[in-house]
Amino acid sequence: MASRPAHFDVLIIGAGPAGIAAACCASESGARVGLLDNNPQIGGQIWRGESQHPSHIEAREWLQKFASAKIEFLASTEVIDHLEPGRLVVQSVGMQSGDDVRELTYRNLILCTGARELFLPFPGWTLPNVMGAGGLQALVKSGLPIADKKVIVAGTGPLLLAVAAHLREHGAEVRLIAEQAPRHRLARFALSLAFERAKLAQAFAIRRQLSSVPYKTSCWPIRATGEGKLETVFLRTGAHTWQESCDYLACGFHLVPNTELAALIGCELRGGFVQVDDSQRTSIAGVFAAGELTGIGGVEASIGEGQIAGYAATDRSGSTASLLPQKQRLDHFASLLKRTFALRDELRSLPDSETLVCRCEDVKFARIRNHSSWRDSKLHTRCGMGPCQGRICGAATEFLLGWRADSVRPPVFAAPVQVLAIAGSSQSQPDLVSHEEFR
Amino acid sequence: MKLPVYEVLIIGAGIVGAACAAACAREGLEVGIVEADIVGGGATAAGMGHLVVMDDSEAQFALTRYSQTLWRRLSEQLPADVEYDGCGTIWVASDADEMSAVVQKKQFYESRGVPAQILDSHQLHEVEQSLREGLPGGLLVPEDAVIYAPCAARFLVEQAQSRGAQLHCPRVVTEIAPDGVRLNDGSSIVAQSIVVAAGTWSTRLFPGIDVRPRKGHLLITDRYPGFVRHQLVELGYLKSAHSFISESVAFNIQPRKTGQMLLGSSRQFDKDSSEVDHPMLARMISRAEEFIPNLSRLSAIRTWTGFRAATPDKLPLVGPVPGHENLFLATGHEGLGITTSLGTAELLLNQLLRRETEIPAAPYLPGRVYEGVHA
Repeated sequence: MASRPAHFDVLIIGAGPAGIAAACCASESGARVGLLDNNPQIGGQIWRGESQHPSHIEAREWLQKFASAKIEFLASTEVIDHLEPGRLVVQSVGMQSGDDVRELTYRNLILCTGARELFLPFPGWTLPNVMGAGGLQALVKSGLPIADKKVIVAGTGPLLLAVAAHLREHGAEVRLIAEQAPRHRLARFALSLAFERAKLAQAFAIRRQLSSVPYKTSCWPIRATGEGKLETVFLRTGAHTWQESCDYLACGFHLVPNTELAALIGCELRGGFVQVDDSQRTSIAGVFAAGELTGIGGVEASIGEGQIAGYAATDRSGSTASLLPQKQRLDHFASLLKRTFALRDELRSLPDSETLVCRCEDVKFARIRNHSSWRDSKLHTRCGMGPCQGRICGAATEFLLGWRADSVRPPVFAAPVQVLAIAGSSQSQPDLVSHEEFR
Repeated sequence: MKLPVYEVLIIGAGIVGAACAAACAREGLEVGIVEADIVGGGATAAGMGHLVVMDDSEAQFALTRYSQTLWRRLSEQLPADVEYDGCGTIWVASDADEMSAVVQKKQFYESRGVPAQILDSHQLHEVEQSLREGLPGGLLVPEDAVIYAPCAARFLVEQAQSRGAQLHCPRVVTEIAPDGVRLNDGSSIVAQSIVVAAGTWSTRLFPGIDVRPRKGHLLITDRYPGFVRHQLVELGYLKSAHSFISESVAFNIQPRKTGQMLLGSSRQFDKDSSEVDHPMLARMISRAEEFIPNLSRLSAIRTWTGFRAATPDKLPLVGPVPGHENLFLATGHEGLGITTSLGTAELLLNQLLRRETEIPAAPYLPGRVYEGVHA
């Protein structure tokens, strides 16, 4: 990090809908705006691939705005460390040398780090071709042939329908959508959507697309089996269990916010989400957050919050007034989502003693379930100690056992040792003891 | 409500408290253990788990050697998750002066019955190919070993429990009373003797004792089996570990059974925050890179910090508190608590039973420095 760090008036982490909206609105002020993402293109998870082949009207609009705005996009870049307020250490994704480590400085920071899928362990969930619903969708977008493959989509939430529709569009034979939420809650949800005409229209459109696909409520997978890869999925609804043969099982048990960087910076969390005020300010001065890491609310909410954060971070809070009623409406939608698709208790008994919970360290459920806390289990079983830093098993055990994961320490993502050396040595502090002392 | 009554109550279920509990229960004493957080979750979890014989003073040598022998004897009973690995230590010299210190070190060990082998530059590079070429050599101490200490502490607590010991966890001791302890939930535990094995927290129960928290940083990498094969420590480590005032770093790397590399070490006084101190971490890494240039390319997964319980004369406090016949200390082990836990436990057991100790107990008695300690 010999060169001087690049400085941004507003630096935005995450180029999904929230980050794109934040960047566009912040750039209106003429501020120097940087947008950083660990993917090579903007779009995040939900608009992945939209920059090449736009399909959503909303995505197209925002991507056009982005293209005409003056925003520096830092592609394939991830944040490794936060040195002190105003200073981040980043590196290019996949670089093993640490040669491209850079420091970025900022006046205001907007965290739009989004969410990841929640994976719930059940017997057979580690078989090849058992995947995250969003993960399979992303693979198909990047070219995985899915035509004529038999797929079961299972889990909860509106994402299941979107994924099923997408897979079907690419020729998959979607055999079943298994939604764990009960029918009466979905009915109430649909009623509440009467006031959300756009969302309702969208839902109907997708449902029409999927008209021939069986959609079962109060239904979930209990086991997957196969020789070397997935062959059969066992499902349950009520007291009834049965099996279906298939090539892929796409599971989406809703989303987990990516709050690691926010936690490292010291932002206050509540209920697992980053706490923000009406201007999307976190508890740390100069740090804003927008999108799924503040609450799972979907694309529209993310865009609205991104806009507010973009304006607030460029001292133009006046421009946000018109966005507030929409924000409140969408907050209401988010809490509706949360209630409707709350995971049922039965899912806590999905793993059996032999089910792997931590894939990085091969830790079975039997070994962790009698520990008192995440840290207790981690120290004594290695659960969560692997390269994913507990991102998958941490969220799973939070649901299964009510544990809360540890405090976050650098590196935010696994990074070459060199990165941490460079990160620390760039700090302007005197060298306290010279090495001569040891010779 | 009937109060629990013990012959010995041990405060703290780190590796030292756990070892004391196991030893006392083995002798048939009625043992209680109070742990404020989780078993082996303090300095025990933060440390490296290096079982090492040290030579900087006769007293430190005696306790580390005695303990190492006990670990070797115990090793066959240890469950797999303790990851006992008799990989040995190589003390690495970085110049000709240090190479002559290697010769003295070998003589010190050999004259006291500890096997040690001098490696020249060629032999050193042969056994540890990640080390940079051109280092003058080192000293291999093959009986040193490595363990995963949190599981060792749990194993020792379970051993004690299998002989009737009771674990009160999580319970915080707020006060030591003449007949036992008071807990934060308002309850009490009655005990004939009390052992304070609470590491750096011991000063909260004994405000008078001079145990200071000494912060350290560690870093662990992804799995690179065979990257190094022995625990490698620079010879200058002793200077780092034993300068009481300055902040320092030293090259110290450990191969874990998982194939991961655990990198230390740093020492800092007067730091309250457990946050990673970036410049300190960077200095620690740069020091290691002087020995292992390729280290920089390994993938780091986590960093963390911990606090060692340091005493001014670098020896632990083991034994009765002057003026308090039934009150014992087992703390102040600095960076050697995992090694010396088993030796400490045997000393303490014999002191409790007013028996002869196997090695002289005098160098570690709290009374040597703390005449006027008040509980």
